[in-house]
Amino acid sequence: MNGIPYAREYKVTLCHVCSYVCPEDAHECPRCDSPVHRRKPNSLTRTWAFLIAGLIFYIPANLLPVMYTTMLGSSSENTIMSGVIEFAEGGSWDIAILIFIASVVVPCIKFLVLGLMLVTCQRRSTWAMRERSRLYRFIELIGYWSMLDVLVVALVAALVQFRGLSTIEPRLGILFFGLVVVMTMLAAMTFDPRLIWDAEVEDVR
Amino acid sequence: MNSATPTPMTDIPHRQAHASEQPPAVAETQSRADQWIICEHCDSVYESIPLNKGEAAYCLRCAAILRRSHRLTVEQLLALSIAACILFIFANVFPVISISMQGLHNEVTLWGSVQALAQGQITLIALVAGLAIILAPALQIALLFWVLAHAHRGQIAPGFKMCMRTLEHLRPWSMLEVCLLGILVAIVKLAGMLDVHPGAGLWAMAMLMVLILLIAGKDIRRLWDELGVRPE
Repeated sequence: MNGIPYAREYKVTLCHVCSYVCPEDAHECPRCDSPVHRRKPNSLTRTWAFLIAGLIFYIPANLLPVMYTTMLGSSSENTIMSGVIEFAEGGSWDIAILIFIASVVVPCIKFLVLGLMLVTCQRRSTWAMRERSRLYRFIELIGYWSMLDVLVVALVAALVQFRGLSTIEPRLGILFFGLVVVMTMLAAMTFDPRLIWDAEVEDVR
Repeated sequence: MNSATPTPMTDIPHRQAHASEQPPAVAETQSRADQWIICEHCDSVYESIPLNKGEAAYCLRCAAILRRSHRLTVEQLLALSIAACILFIFANVFPVISISMQGLHNEVTLWGSVQALAQGQITLIALVAGLAIILAPALQIALLFWVLAHAHRGQIAPGFKMCMRTLEHLRPWSMLEVCLLGILVAIVKLAGMLDVHPGAGLWAMAMLMVLILLIAGKDIRRLWDELGVRPE
């Protein structure tokens, strides 16, 4: 399209671990001994698998409580959304928005964007390739911020341990939420952004 | 970060391809390949050119960063990794938050917060959190110190390949910046119901986070070239 040569035209492949330019037929990087592939193996299938696993875990992550609080005799269970609402009602709008972005917006954007990547790559679409490349780098960048909620629950549960007076305990929901983050991170890692550009060429793989 | 000027790499392989109308022979390719840069996001090939301080090279096809000029020398990186090592110990030994309520007092370290998650069914998530905020940063600092201390003397550290590969795989799982934000959120969250005091560990964490961003980036791949590690 714009004439910049692709690696395959020069019979070379990039090593993702040390950036060495390997010969195309190499299975291991001659410099750092890591496995080298022209494209990440079964990228689309694996990304679909991690993405769907993440989506499934996302349901219990939102429905099950993440935290159990006893405060002077009264006890309550919080899900992720009810925690956000509690902050908002308490007047801490900034923190409510921060947690809402980290634990709801970021995972949802990741699901949508990765889904979009997978569908457009499977259709070999040439639509907005540059923008899709940017979008992929963006979700790679923001992905791990969702761990915020897990770490907040861990810190709070470790701190508030006054037996008889007030305790906070983590609940099952936080496990599923953590798994959602791990699954979407793995999905983003197994997706090969070079597949976006393979649509330009006829004989790929 | 200073404004990096996009430096389109001169793509000599491309011009050559046009002149000869056929790709170069494989042997010729490999001998020249040392000066090539391949974009990891779209597989475009460019001829590498030296960058000035503060410059970065962008891919013309997908706009990803191909390479950045090195901001720090190997000595500076080594010094920062020693500082990071000391700060890491502080961040783990001292409590990050302490609270008090009706005469009762409690405080938490990073390890304590990981332990709080290790309960019955949800122990798995304690492992993820432990990797993200303790194990991954600790290994990163130790491995960086090992390879940089040898690189400083112009040597290739024993186990260099394995260290560098491990550093690459650890990078996405090291989440100190998220942990720092988590500590701040936890402080605000608890400030509503009891007295909260940031601990000494928090300040160490904040400085450690900056150092990790400076030393543990992809920039460390330069050691492969600078130490002249040759493929077998």
